[in-house]
Amino acid sequence: MGRVHSIETFGAVDGPGIRFVVFLQGCPMRCQYCHNPDTWDFAGGKEMSVDELVNEITKYRHYFGDDGGVTVSGGEPLVQIDFVIELFKVLKTEGINTCLDTSGVLFNRKTEVLKKFDELMSYTDLVLLDIKHIDDEKHKVLTQHSNENILDFAKYLDEKNIPMWVRYVLVPTINEDETTLISVKNFINTLSNVEKVEILPYHTLGVSKYDKLGIEYALEGVNTPTKEQIDIANKILKGEK
Amino acid sequence: MREEWYSFKEGSWVNEINVRSFIKRNFTLYEGDESFLVGPTEATKKLSEKIAELNAKERSAGGVLDADTSVISTLTSHGAGYIDKDLEKIVGLQTDKPFKRSLQPFGGIRVSESALNSYGYELDPKVKEIFTKYRKTHNQGVFDVYTDEMRLARHVGIITGLPDAYGRGRIIGDYRRVALYGVDRLIEDKQAFLKTEVNDFSEDAIRTREEIADQIRALNDLKTMASMYGFDISQPAKNAREAVQWLYFGYLGAVKDQNGAAMSIGRNTTFLDIYIQRDLDNGLITEEEAQELIDHFVLKLRLVKFMRTPEYNELFSGDPTWVTESIGGVGYHGKPLVTKTSFRILHTLDNLGHAPEPNLTILWSERLPENFKKYCAKMSIKTCAIQYENDDLMREFMGDDYAIACCVSCMKVGKDMQFFGARANLAKCLLYAINGGVDENKKVQVSPKFEAVKSEYLDFDEVMQKYDQMMNWLVGLYVDTLNCIHYMHDKYCYEALEMALHDNEVHRFFATGIAGLSCAADSLSAIKYAKVKTVRDEDGLVVDYIVEGDYPKYGNNDDRADKIAVEIVDRFMKKLRSHKTYRNAEPTTSILTITSNVVYGKKTGSTPDGRKGGQPLAPGANPMPGRDTSGALASLESVAKIKYENARDGISNTFSIVPASLGKDENTQVSNLCNLIDGYMRSRGHHLNVNVFSRETLIDAQNHPEKYPQLTIRVSGYAVNFIKLTKEQQDDVIARTIHERI
Repeated sequence: MGRVHSIETFGAVDGPGIRFVVFLQGCPMRCQYCHNPDTWDFAGGKEMSVDELVNEITKYRHYFGDDGGVTVSGGEPLVQIDFVIELFKVLKTEGINTCLDTSGVLFNRKTEVLKKFDELMSYTDLVLLDIKHIDDEKHKVLTQHSNENILDFAKYLDEKNIPMWVRYVLVPTINEDETTLISVKNFINTLSNVEKVEILPYHTLGVSKYDKLGIEYALEGVNTPTKEQIDIANKILKGEK
Repeated sequence: MREEWYSFKEGSWVNEINVRSFIKRNFTLYEGDESFLVGPTEATKKLSEKIAELNAKERSAGGVLDADTSVISTLTSHGAGYIDKDLEKIVGLQTDKPFKRSLQPFGGIRVSESALNSYGYELDPKVKEIFTKYRKTHNQGVFDVYTDEMRLARHVGIITGLPDAYGRGRIIGDYRRVALYGVDRLIEDKQAFLKTEVNDFSEDAIRTREEIADQIRALNDLKTMASMYGFDISQPAKNAREAVQWLYFGYLGAVKDQNGAAMSIGRNTTFLDIYIQRDLDNGLITEEEAQELIDHFVLKLRLVKFMRTPEYNELFSGDPTWVTESIGGVGYHGKPLVTKTSFRILHTLDNLGHAPEPNLTILWSERLPENFKKYCAKMSIKTCAIQYENDDLMREFMGDDYAIACCVSCMKVGKDMQFFGARANLAKCLLYAINGGVDENKKVQVSPKFEAVKSEYLDFDEVMQKYDQMMNWLVGLYVDTLNCIHYMHDKYCYEALEMALHDNEVHRFFATGIAGLSCAADSLSAIKYAKVKTVRDEDGLVVDYIVEGDYPKYGNNDDRADKIAVEIVDRFMKKLRSHKTYRNAEPTTSILTITSNVVYGKKTGSTPDGRKGGQPLAPGANPMPGRDTSGALASLESVAKIKYENARDGISNTFSIVPASLGKDENTQVSNLCNLIDGYMRSRGHHLNVNVFSRETLIDAQNHPEKYPQLTIRVSGYAVNFIKLTKEQQDDVIARTIHERI
């Protein structure tokens, strides 16, 4: 059984085409800008079996077209890696495109962990990987975790030749300065599996959820990026090598 | 072959009136993209400017710029009128001046008078005298025969929007026939019919003969009308410009003759493309000139106006005329009917600016060329002015030469007509079932006295059984009422010209409608899956409901609720089929409210789903606003479950989405929208209005209308200029579910 936070039947912004998006419950990270703090709690959500989920998904497969399919997001979906493996395995036998939206934070190269990642990757068509900050110290402040595993996960995907989209939440005063952006770009340039880089401008639509949950919002007073800031980030991150 | 038909391929169309055969033999499929399209000519730009000025003047004059008060509109009542004669490639106006509304009293003199009064005009007393003393109107005929029960049902609003005081509309003449055959040939065909032997001079036979004689008269008048503009349309059109002009004259005659609720124009682009392509092939015109013809044709269609009362506008707001043009579709043998002119007509939205009319309707099939699908989606995202209807579904029933009238009603062009019948409010019917037929607002007994529900909590089986009984009564009364209306409309306000552009023997549909479907379904679901407590007034009448607990709601792809909606439609249709209809018309129904869901909601008390009295019902077959919370596709799948076989007059679904939720860049948005429409149609969904906008834009437009003169949005089955909606209707649109995920 998996813990599912919610389902979106028409996802058009998490991977290519029209996608059925499964948001799994639970996340070890505490990203300051997270707009879904309601997915953090490991105990929340609704229990669903792989069969139940696949049943739901297949109701919509005629909308997927050539590019669409299923995206598993979160929370951090790989908290429930066994569930995701089972789900993707079935989806692949059904011929449905699979996409994993992960932070990569749970990756490491210990044998038993790697074995699971290897299996999962054999059923995964695309990974959406967030790079939250390239500077490890600042990454720790922003997310309460090191970025070491995350960057290593990117390398791992490159080694396995798994297509990847890099996503970058652009937050003024945190990670929008040119030096940081150039470092990110330099890192991306070391990878050969990156199909696309997406800039996700920081927004404040999730702030009200913090109030509801009684959690303090750390980025109080931080503005959403200006068009100029977004243009600069696009130019640097999506520019030529 | 006639000389006008040079280089056309022969077919059965040569020897009989058969436009479909002509199209099939002669059209050129276009599978390329939109890159061939060209911008507006100088003449088009100047005309557009003049019309924009007149539009602004009309708005500041309070909605009507000029109106006839004494000249009664007929095909020949007005001399030629122009916007600017030297610039117009296609000519013809309803009256002698642009934006001057005509006087059309045959539907009802009272409506004509009050419409004039409410805009500060006075009806010529002589006209009033004629139409009260000497010439009966449709409206008077209907009220002569209405029973008390019919009047009451109409008054309380359980049956509403009935065309008993105005023209019924929804009849599509085959205007292409004027261009292809010329009027003389059409007259000959009618005359030949009158010469055939009649075995039994029954009432039906006599009526038909009289109608055909009226049709011949109308065709002769049409020739006279065209001659006032200097054209002889007795013979076929010789080139593209004449083809567009002849066809438009046919339509112009119809709107001079009839002030129908919906005056739709048919399915013309593939037909016209044959003439345009022939002229292009022969070097007679350029692409600029071809586009100019279509631009000027569409400009004329945008100018169609009728004199209507403010109450009418409250129901169907934004001054709609439903000049619906059906575009695309696929032929019987799988070849798409898409031509360059299918692109050219959509391109008018760029060349002339966004506008709600004509009501551009794409007959969507999976098999349409990819480039055309993408162009439609692109224009949809840009303009919100396009609707989509499932050609793969309709073709099964209607063949490949049908067109849409009004919003969702399909008919074989020139072969079918329909008796438009507005709609019955099935949410209110449920309240009647609970209250034994006493109206919850007016507190009068409307139906015969049935046993009311006596318990404090509602029991599903009991309510369902009473609902079924009440629906029996309602359907019976509804059919009888419509029979009265259409008998009188045929008698006093017959559409002689539109029917002249039909075969001599036509198939008739009896087009009823349903309002309040999602509200009724959710109410029954609440009764079944939650607990619903009744709140009674001092007389024991249930006036409110308290829902305890949650229940599955229609619009979330949850069979528990969706099947109730399906069942309501199936039962309604089954009951309809058991009744005798006027002229043995084939009963159908639509799930379509247009913008009247707001007014119908006002007339409906609190319902067991928790909706408070007076709040709007959902438009068409849409789920109740805000209750479809499982994402856009779940909402679409729920609506697609309604069986088209049992709602052949159409199932309207209005889909609104924020641009960013459709994808991150234009190409993605276009391809996602194409896949979304393909998916919905594969699920046998019938109709989809597509709006791509944000709530913020609408709120800004509400507060600053001057910034948004062209903001067009799709409502139930047609498009409106948002700033022309009433405040209440704007609020309703803003409150609707707009699918959003960022």
